[in-house]
Amino acid sequence: MRESLHAEWTKLRTLASTFWLLLAAAALTAMVSAAAAAAVRCPAGGCADDPAKISLTGIYLGQAVVAVVAVMAVSGEYGTGMIRLTLAATPRRLTVLAAKAAVLAGLVLVTGAIAVFASLLAGGLILPGHGIGPSHGYPAISASDGAVLRAAFGSVLYLALIALLSLGAATALREAAAAIGAVLGLLYVLPIIAVFTGNATLSRHLEQIAPMTAGLAIQATTGLNTLPISPWAGLGVLAAWAAGALVLGGILLRSRDA
Amino acid sequence: MTTITPSRPAARPGRGGFAHLLRAEWTKFRTVRGWVIAILVATLVTLLLGLFIGSHSHVAPCTDGPNGPACRYIIPTGPGGEAVTDTFYFVHRPLTADGSITARVTSLTEVTESGTTPQGGPAHTQPVLVPWSKAGLIVTAGAGQGSAYAAVMVTGGHGTRMQWNYTGDTPGLGKGAGEVGGVSAASPRWLRLSRAGDVITGYDSAGGTSWTKIGTVTLPGLAPAVQAGLFVTSPGSAKQTSQQITSASGTAAPTDATATFDRVTLHGGRPGSSWTGTSVNAGPDSPYPTGHEAGYRQAGGAFTVTGSGDIAPDVTGGVPIDVLLAGLFLALVAVLVAGAQFMTAEYRRGLIRVTLAASPRRGRALAAKAIVLGAVTFAAGLAGAAAAVLIGIPLLRASGNPVYPATALTEVRVIAGTAALAAVLAVLALAVGAILRHGAGAVTAAITAVILPYLLTAAIPVLPAGAADWVLRVTPAAGLAIRQVIPAYPQVAASYTPSSGYFPLAPWAGFAVTCAWAALALALAACFLRRRDA
Repeated sequence: MRESLHAEWTKLRTLASTFWLLLAAAALTAMVSAAAAAAVRCPAGGCADDPAKISLTGIYLGQAVVAVVAVMAVSGEYGTGMIRLTLAATPRRLTVLAAKAAVLAGLVLVTGAIAVFASLLAGGLILPGHGIGPSHGYPAISASDGAVLRAAFGSVLYLALIALLSLGAATALREAAAAIGAVLGLLYVLPIIAVFTGNATLSRHLEQIAPMTAGLAIQATTGLNTLPISPWAGLGVLAAWAAGALVLGGILLRSRDA
Repeated sequence: MTTITPSRPAARPGRGGFAHLLRAEWTKFRTVRGWVIAILVATLVTLLLGLFIGSHSHVAPCTDGPNGPACRYIIPTGPGGEAVTDTFYFVHRPLTADGSITARVTSLTEVTESGTTPQGGPAHTQPVLVPWSKAGLIVTAGAGQGSAYAAVMVTGGHGTRMQWNYTGDTPGLGKGAGEVGGVSAASPRWLRLSRAGDVITGYDSAGGTSWTKIGTVTLPGLAPAVQAGLFVTSPGSAKQTSQQITSASGTAAPTDATATFDRVTLHGGRPGSSWTGTSVNAGPDSPYPTGHEAGYRQAGGAFTVTGSGDIAPDVTGGVPIDVLLAGLFLALVAVLVAGAQFMTAEYRRGLIRVTLAASPRRGRALAAKAIVLGAVTFAAGLAGAAAAVLIGIPLLRASGNPVYPATALTEVRVIAGTAALAAVLAVLALAVGAILRHGAGAVTAAITAVILPYLLTAAIPVLPAGAADWVLRVTPAAGLAIRQVIPAYPQVAASYTPSSGYFPLAPWAGFAVTCAWAALALALAACFLRRRDA
């Protein structure tokens, strides 16, 4: 396992695109978050806004880049034929997948921590000037607030789980474009379908099981009783999706010729 | 390699050459199983999701409308075929020939109702300003829902206006900035409506001596015998719109407006007829919030009339047919993946070198790909969208949803527009694929440029309304406006936001923005394709 981890780490580290994509993920997350915070206006106060949630808007875009990194970690090997070398070197295929998952999760956790920190910092600086700050009765974005900490740590975990979900999907589908399409379709389209069902019960159930709407419940710091699913339970749903994708990917990896 | 042929070879690609290119690209497309499956899945998903939504959607007022279950409510339609709400209190006399009606409005006040007493009346009323409360004169073809009409009126906050056939609206006096247009005994407003055949002219006046014409309208086919009289109505406050059916709401508080009219004169009325009060409404099933105080009193020459409702296009109670096309978003994922791969797979397999050797004019190869991909996507999208909408509408109605009527032209625009949008976006993905030469990158770029903006502005409105409008103006997601069924009406107060189904751009303008993105991407792709080695 240690050799496998080292091998996967070397492969990911020495790929120039990994660094640039992770940098892009962090930068895009922080930029979109800052832009969203700058776009919110509540001069009179009393808006139903959640400062931490607004400050973390960039996760919606950042997760797509994280998904690309994760998908390329597997599909890139299939595209170049490298996978045959990898599996020849480590015939225990599940070890390969586990090593990939561990290295990827570590990288994304670091990237996510930077992105989330930058986003919350930007939100904390911008939002009070737009009427959404402690002087208007909103909770401050500070590390001493339990709900803000939950949103921050949860968002980092969210990105890591998205990476694992994408890794599993890519292992199952192999083709990069198809895998990224499946992941982004799952993340972005299910909430849209939920809105259009025109059936409140059905729509709520969809929001409870869709990986993005359930997982991002972790970002809420106010109005928790209006959420479709409680924060940690929501992250649990996403974890179940990620685990399911990894299991499916693992089974297919073992049972198919590379 | 450097052999120079003095005369051009006979096989130089001309018009026939391009047909060959198209044929080659079509062969490539149809022989890759994954792409054919993607297109079929896109069609099937559009259809199945349309059928599912048609049979599973339940609009909130269907189970608990303000006046009880509203499952069998059918939205009335106006003379133009649009959905209307036609609810007001009407004090009227028959007008059998040409004539005119004149009155002075000396007050207009509104109250909002809350709670209900066991007798069915409101438990509490509270004074409120309703900007679009209306009190004035109306000439209408009859009391039936959606009848042709023309009216002049004073409003709670928008001055004097002439309105006709639900969608027509012209301002009269009191339209200046800062002028609220409220009437009082000290500053009353005179109104006059005169009828000659099917031509109706509205006037207003501050003192009753010098009259200003507001407008002249023709109500085609107006019968000789019409009803003319005084009307009062007042729309529910804090109205919410519901193009997307989950947000359909009957929660707006009903309001009542009360107006006092005097100096009422009717010329051309049937001799011997007297004033009659009628509550014009859509029946107890209507989800539209209406008050309980409607009625009128006549004392001396003065009429005090109370009414509730609105005479206007309906933007609150119905289900627009575009909800049946929710599958488009899933289909788009498949289409964008296939579109990007149609280009990037050539790079991955090295086929691009054969393609470009066969068609050295590289722009033509790209054009052939775009045409084949666009045509295939359009055909598949048309089949899926048409089936989803045409089968879905009866299903929606059968499961008790009040469906907004759409003219045939609107239906064609929504269906063909959705298919065309899918085609244009597929070409956009193809072009991005040619620029990036990387499948996953192209698919990610296309999906985040098209679906993510819609998700963040309309489905999960995390962006504030101003930013959301801006995003839906400039991103490729602007083209989704082609699906909007009900236009935003300035004379109906509602929240016309993307999350309620209203796009900041008109349908074809939004579509043009998406086309511009696709054209830009294609131009860049052609440029890169020529400059770079394959």
